[in-house]
Amino acid sequence: MLAALIAPVVTRLRYELGFIIALTGVGLSAIVSAWALFHVLDTGTMHYNLGGWAPPVGIEYVVDLISAFVAVIVTSVATLVIIGTRRWADREASDRLGSFYGLVMLLITGLVGMIVTGDLFNLFVFLEISSLAGYSLIFLGGGRAMLAGFRYLILGSIGGLFYMLGVGFLYFSTGTLNMAETQDLLTNDATARSVQAGAAFIFVGLGLKMAIVPLHLWLPDAYTFAPSSVNTLIAPIMTKVGAYAMIRMFLSVFPDGYLKDALPVADALLVLGLIGIIFGSVAAMSQKDIRRMLAYSSISQIALIAVGVGLGTPLGLVAALLHIMNHAVMKATLFMATASVRFSSGITQVSDFSGIGRRMPLTMGSFTLGAIAMVGIPPATGFFSKWYAVQAGIESSQWAVVVVVLASSLLTAVYLFRILESAYLHPLKLEPSHSHENPEEFGETEQKLTFEAAAREAPIDMVVPTVLLGVATVVLGVLNAVIVIHILEPGIA
Amino acid sequence: MIEDIAARFPYWATAVLMVIGLYGMIGKRNLVKKLIGMNIFQSAIILFFIAGSQRDGATLPILLVEDGHILTPVDPELYVNPLPHVLMLTAIVVSVAITGVALAFLVRIYREYQDLDEESLLKKVRQ
Repeated sequence: MLAALIAPVVTRLRYELGFIIALTGVGLSAIVSAWALFHVLDTGTMHYNLGGWAPPVGIEYVVDLISAFVAVIVTSVATLVIIGTRRWADREASDRLGSFYGLVMLLITGLVGMIVTGDLFNLFVFLEISSLAGYSLIFLGGGRAMLAGFRYLILGSIGGLFYMLGVGFLYFSTGTLNMAETQDLLTNDATARSVQAGAAFIFVGLGLKMAIVPLHLWLPDAYTFAPSSVNTLIAPIMTKVGAYAMIRMFLSVFPDGYLKDALPVADALLVLGLIGIIFGSVAAMSQKDIRRMLAYSSISQIALIAVGVGLGTPLGLVAALLHIMNHAVMKATLFMATASVRFSSGITQVSDFSGIGRRMPLTMGSFTLGAIAMVGIPPATGFFSKWYAVQAGIESSQWAVVVVVLASSLLTAVYLFRILESAYLHPLKLEPSHSHENPEEFGETEQKLTFEAAAREAPIDMVVPTVLLGVATVVLGVLNAVIVIHILEPGIA
Repeated sequence: MIEDIAARFPYWATAVLMVIGLYGMIGKRNLVKKLIGMNIFQSAIILFFIAGSQRDGATLPILLVEDGHILTPVDPELYVNPLPHVLMLTAIVVSVAITGVALAFLVRIYREYQDLDEESLLKKVRQ
C-alpha cells in the first residue's frame, strides 16, 4: 500500500531521460500521497511493514494524518518547482542532467522516507540520504557554492551523528527503535539520565538540520550560492522536513509532556525560536542579494515553527504544522519568482529590481502574493499560522510570543516591501548597478543578453508554476479552516 | 574515580573520541582535517553502539544445531545483542558514503583553487 508512495521515486532513479522521469516520479508520489491523505481521513492511520516483518522487529512505515499532510505538501511543491526550474537545470547542469535529476529524486525519496517512517534508525538513514543529495546538489553551483556545500556537509553530518547518538541512548534504555513502542516504554522511567541525554542529542541533531538559530550557520551560504534550480527546490522543503521530524519527536516518540517537564527542550526551542525570528528578520533587512535575504527570512520563519513546537500546546502544534505548509508554499513562490527574474535578466541584487514589476507582471504579481502571505495580511496563508501562534501564546500566557510574532510581521514587511517598492514604483533601470559578484557563474547565453531586452516575462513554463504557487498561497489561506479542523486537530489529538 | 573509568572504559573512550572528533571538525582550518575529525566522531558513535550491546560472558547470537541437539546456550541472556551490530553496518555504509562525497568535493575544490585551508579559501573565493 505504502510502498506505492516510495516505489515510483526509487525505481525511477538514474535514467538519462532525467526531467520526464523525475517529473513523473514526483508527480506520481504527489498523487499517491494525496490519495494516502484521503485514505487516512476515511479509514485512519495506515501501517506498512517493510519486508513483511511485524513492527517491533521489522521497520514500520506509518502514515497518519500529519505525515500524509506533510508528504502532500512536500511532493506537490517539489513537482511544481521541478517543472518551473527545468530551464535552469538545462542551463546549469547541461552536461550532467541525468545525475542532476537522479540527485533530485534521491533528495525527495529521502524526505518522503523521513516523513513516513515509524522507526527511529530508519529516520536517520533517510535523513542522511536526503542530506547527501542536498550537499551534492548545492555543490553543483561551483565557486563559492562548493565551499558552502562542504561546510553544510560537515555541519549536517554533525547533526545527523548527534541524532544517531541520541537514538543510541534511547535504544539502550528501551530496547526498541519503533517510535510508538518507544513512547510506551519511556513512560516508565522518564527521568533516567540516559533518556535525558538521548533527548538532548536528538534535539541538537534535528535542530541543526532544521537551522534553528545558533545552528543556522550553514544555511545562508548554501541557499545563496546554490544553483537556482537547486535552492528553489531545497529552500521550501528541506528544513521543513527537519521541523516535521522534530514535531514527530514531540508527538509520537517521547511521552506526552516529557520534553517539557523532564528536560527543558520545549523551552529551549521557544527561546531560540523567539531569538531566531528577530535575528532572521533583522539580518534579512540588511541583505543586498535577494537570495541571501530570502535565506535569512527562512531562518526567521523556521524559528516561528520552532516557537509553535516549543509552546507545546495543541494550538501551538497546529500553528507549527500550518506554518510548515504555508512557508513551503510562500518560499517556493518567492524563490520561483526570484529564479524567473534572474533567468530572464540575470538580476540578483535587490537594488536592480526597480521597474521590473511592469516588465514581468505575472512573475512579480506572484512575488507580491508570496510577500503578502509572508507578512501575514489576511486572505493569504501566512496570516493564519501567525494567528494560531499568537493565540497559543495568549493561551499559555507567553506574552513574549505575542509581541515577537507581531513584531516579526512588521520586520518582514520592511524587507519584502523594499523589493515591491522598487519593482513597482521606481522606473526601469537599463543598466545593472552592480556587476555580478561572480561572473563565471553565468553561462555565455546570459552574457549575450542585453539588460533591456532581457527584462521581460520569463518563459511560460516558468511563469505558470510561479503563478500557481502564488495563487495557492491565497487559496490555502481561504481553505485553512478546513485543513485545521479536518486534518491537523484530529492529527494532533 | 579510576575504577569508575576502568569499569566503563568503552564509554569514556567514546566520549574522548567524540570530543577529539568535534575539535577536529570545528577547530581545524584544513578541510581534510575536518573530514578526518568527522570520521573519528563517526567511529566513536559506532563504538558506543557496539559497547552497549556487549554482555559479560555472552557469545555470538548464532544457534548451532547438530543432530537435533542444540549446542549453544538457550538462555537469551548469554547472547550478545545483535541488533546494534546490524545498525552499525548501516551506519558504516552511510559514513562511507558521506566520506566519499566529501572527498569528491575536496578534489573539486582543490582543482579549482589549489588550496584546502578554510580561511585562505574564503579569501580567494570572495575575490
